[in-house]
Amino acid sequence: MVPITTVHYLVVAAALFVLGVIGVLTRRNVVIVLMSIELILNAVNLNLVAFSRMWGNLHGQMFAIFIVVDAAAEAAAGLGILIAFFRNKETVNVDEIDLLKW
Amino acid sequence: MNPALNSALNPGMTPVATPWFFYVLAGLAVLSGVAVITRRNAVHAALALIVTLLSVAGLYLMLYAPFVAGVQIIVYAGGIMVLFLFVIMLVNIERASKDRRFNRIWPVGLAASCALMALFVSAIVKGSHINDMFRDRGIPLPESSNTQQIADLLYGQAGKMGPYTFAFEIASLLLLVAILGAVIMTKKKI
Repeated sequence: MVPITTVHYLVVAAALFVLGVIGVLTRRNVVIVLMSIELILNAVNLNLVAFSRMWGNLHGQMFAIFIVVDAAAEAAAGLGILIAFFRNKETVNVDEIDLLKW
Repeated sequence: MNPALNSALNPGMTPVATPWFFYVLAGLAVLSGVAVITRRNAVHAALALIVTLLSVAGLYLMLYAPFVAGVQIIVYAGGIMVLFLFVIMLVNIERASKDRRFNRIWPVGLAASCALMALFVSAIVKGSHINDMFRDRGIPLPESSNTQQIADLLYGQAGKMGPYTFAFEIASLLLLVAILGAVIMTKKKI
């Protein structure tokens, strides 16, 4: 078997990223759209850690940790907005959240 | 990565991270990622996302980043996903689970995502074959002192600020703002 190189990790991360983009673009449930954003952030993290390994220093891992912090903040704020919205409109459907289109 | 390097780093030990292990973890991550974006029930999607996060944590371990793997399991799988499950149970999933899953323009989204994947793959192939961009540079760091080295970068050593100490403080401020924002937005009357 071929040894695992950085390129293998890049391909996995690209697949996860594209899956997240598909989820953001096509799903109608806001909760699943937020989960797809988490998928995208994870793909970026995997890339950063793989590059950290490739260069032999720790800066990529530091960035990955800061992105985890950022994902936690984003999830808290996004779900707060979602609950506030659900209280007003009784829906979690993206297609019905169109107030700014008018 | 490089087996010769690994055996030079810890002589007498064969590396645990075999290619077979990588393919299992990667396949698990991608398959449960597909489940995340196709399941009708949001709770099932959240459980599939937990499987993805744990497999990515395994990939971090294969990349000799045990601290990031621990953070991934504790913060993502333990913290953020619990938050998601709470919100799924707070909002009404009965109607959403009977609704259509995908919006009307899903073929456009799928085509755009496939184009994006083609772009990524062509960039990776070009970088690895033509320019040899992704070869290993430098000696990989030993994982036994990984946490200590990350702490040195974050908090600094010998009383001096490290390169990421200021960013660390800003991150704590960001978390404080996020907590305050979540509390204020979910209150009925401010």
